[in-house]
Amino acid sequence: MSGQTLYDKLWNQHLVKQRDDGTALIYIDRQLLHEVTSPQAFEGLRLAKRKPWRLDANLATPDHNVPTTLKERAEGNIGIKDPVSLIQVQTLDDNCVEYGIEEFKINDPRQGIVHVVGPEQGATLPGMTVVCGDSHTATHGAFGALAHGIGTSEVEHVLATQCLLAQKMKNMQVRVEGKLGLGVTAKDVVLAIIGEIGTAGGTGYAIEFAGSAIASLSMEGRMTVCNMAIEAGARVGLIAVDDTTIEYLAKRPFAPTAEQWEAAVADWRALVSDHDAAFDKVVTLKAEEIEPQVSWGTSPDMVTGISGQVPDPKAARDETVQRSHTRALEYMGLQANQKITDIKLDKVFIGSCTNSRIEDLREAAKVARGNKVADSIKLAMVVPGSGLVKRQAEAEGLDKIFIEAGFEWREPGCSMCLAMNADKLGAGEHCASTSNRNFEGRQGYGGRTHLVSPAMAAAAAIAGHFVDVRSLPANDATHAQEA
Amino acid sequence: MKKFTHFDGVVAPLDRANVDTDLIIPKQFLKSIKRTGFGVNLFDELRYLDEGQPGQDCSNRPLNPDFVLNQPRYKGAEVLLARRNFGCGSSREHAPWALEDFGFRVVIAPSFADIFYNNAFKNGILLITLSEEDVDQLFAGVEASEGYRLEIDLENQRVITPDGKALAFEVDAFRKHCLLNGLDDIGITLQDEDAIRAFEQKHKQARPWLFRQPA
Ligand code: SF4
Repeated sequence: MSGQTLYDKLWNQHLVKQRDDGTALIYIDRQLLHEVTSPQAFEGLRLAKRKPWRLDANLATPDHNVPTTLKERAEGNIGIKDPVSLIQVQTLDDNCVEYGIEEFKINDPRQGIVHVVGPEQGATLPGMTVVCGDSHTATHGAFGALAHGIGTSEVEHVLATQCLLAQKMKNMQVRVEGKLGLGVTAKDVVLAIIGEIGTAGGTGYAIEFAGSAIASLSMEGRMTVCNMAIEAGARVGLIAVDDTTIEYLAKRPFAPTAEQWEAAVADWRALVSDHDAAFDKVVTLKAEEIEPQVSWGTSPDMVTGISGQVPDPKAARDETVQRSHTRALEYMGLQANQKITDIKLDKVFIGSCTNSRIEDLREAAKVARGNKVADSIKLAMVVPGSGLVKRQAEAEGLDKIFIEAGFEWREPGCSMCLAMNADKLGAGEHCASTSNRNFEGRQGYGGRTHLVSPAMAAAAAIAGHFVDVRSLPANDATHAQEA
Repeated sequence: MKKFTHFDGVVAPLDRANVDTDLIIPKQFLKSIKRTGFGVNLFDELRYLDEGQPGQDCSNRPLNPDFVLNQPRYKGAEVLLARRNFGCGSSREHAPWALEDFGFRVVIAPSFADIFYNNAFKNGILLITLSEEDVDQLFAGVEASEGYRLEIDLENQRVITPDGKALAFEVDAFRKHCLLNGLDDIGITLQDEDAIRAFEQKHKQARPWLFRQPA
């Protein structure tokens, strides 16, 4: 019999009951809550007169709606100008108080984007099942945790039963082998993967990312990769546990200590796929072939290398693709065969659960240092992923580098990743964004998003158009990885 | 949840692949803390010519005459015919809430995104996966005849076209059971309360750090 994949092991460790009809109950160790997808779940509990099953499994923080300017934030919830957003954040606070759930409120230094906060606190641990009413929950899989993005009815189901009703997925392994070139980051790796397998390539699968290039990534880089598993259609992204994982977790507030730490580490070491594990599908990419990526269309798989060009829809493989490429070019205001480096930008956004951690900010700051944002850029903003990331960045003087270069330095939250707060694109504006979705209207009505890495976004802010970070002078991003 | 019964409804075609949940219901409407009232903003950016705001009265907004749901021939549609990877993107359950509130009970497509698939069934919407060829034929049928309807027979897992052709589809037994009987799955899961407690005990003994409080 062949061995087990990491996904198989995590599944088996949490299987409460397998039903005859193919569905199963799996036990959930951690639920992260935010203001957008939880109010109706709490309302459902209340209406059915049910109680949360296990309070200490839950951790909440507002992120999607919170304003990111210091002036508004200084006032706490009252600073939220949009009355509808205010009600939503207030409702989360009220629900957490009513039920006794731990919450990092708007001005708690630990507040931030749920997917930044969980790992930073050690509230995400290897071997856990983690859920959140947010599709980017796959991020937590970077720790060898089984993390699912779920809908609001499922949030309610987990609150009430501590279980998720699930069906076992198939196993896919995406291997990235070799050494990444200088200036090529985790973001470029995952965009290249999505470009390769498509936005539905991972549907029905749990994807394990493996290979030497993945193993060489830091935890923050691994989170960036797993974060975008959903953009490849997979609900679950995973990376095996190794020394990097364990070092990252030591001494985090929610992590085990003393002899429990030792026992936990021994247990976590087994969270790897067996060498003879069978995968239903394996895809391999060569690290050396990956260049810095830029998305040109309205779906994350509409992406190409910086030295490439916007494709010609006429060359598409079938009619459906041809039509979606034509529509995408029209929406994006781009021409077939236009060079990527000729795309001019209006705004730049560095942030989101994909790329707002300290290493992301360091990489962007390396490019920004001593330079100025181009006059043609209307707004370039840096939004740290959490209050603690912001503090760390300020301790390192990164805020000053950004401000001197002409970037705005903001308070933590989702911000222009989905533009539910006041940070958004105007119609027709092109934005170099470190976020994860380039759907129509995602960053504002009529806005045009290009997904890139933090270094590429910073370089684009300075040039006013896309440039290859690898062509920048030696003190910049290309040396970021060597440092 | 409402019981899903055998019915027959008008079909509206949405000829576009990778329809994401941002397109189904744009983010500004996610600020609501309710589950209802999203129907008027279903496909907001395609349906209206201006940018919609939450809580706004939509009756006076300029409609996009080219958008299918604005065309009189598709009025009252209950079946949405779509292309591959329908419902991709965010996990927002507001997407099925908006479809349901608008009046859709069935979506037919060659494939669906995973999270959307779960969310739709939990809200009484039946998602039917048919082959690309079958879907192409249905698009052609809808195009050709005004008032095109499909009969949906969940019990026997068949879609029946106006000319009597039956297209079989797969749906897992549990979801089918819940839809046909209008069952709430939290109630069903809680029937296994003892099994969950027993598992939890064992799990806690084996891996106590998963139950640890922060220092
Ligand atoms: S940063 Fe963007 S993608 Fe991440 S949780 Fe927030 S809105 Fe979702």
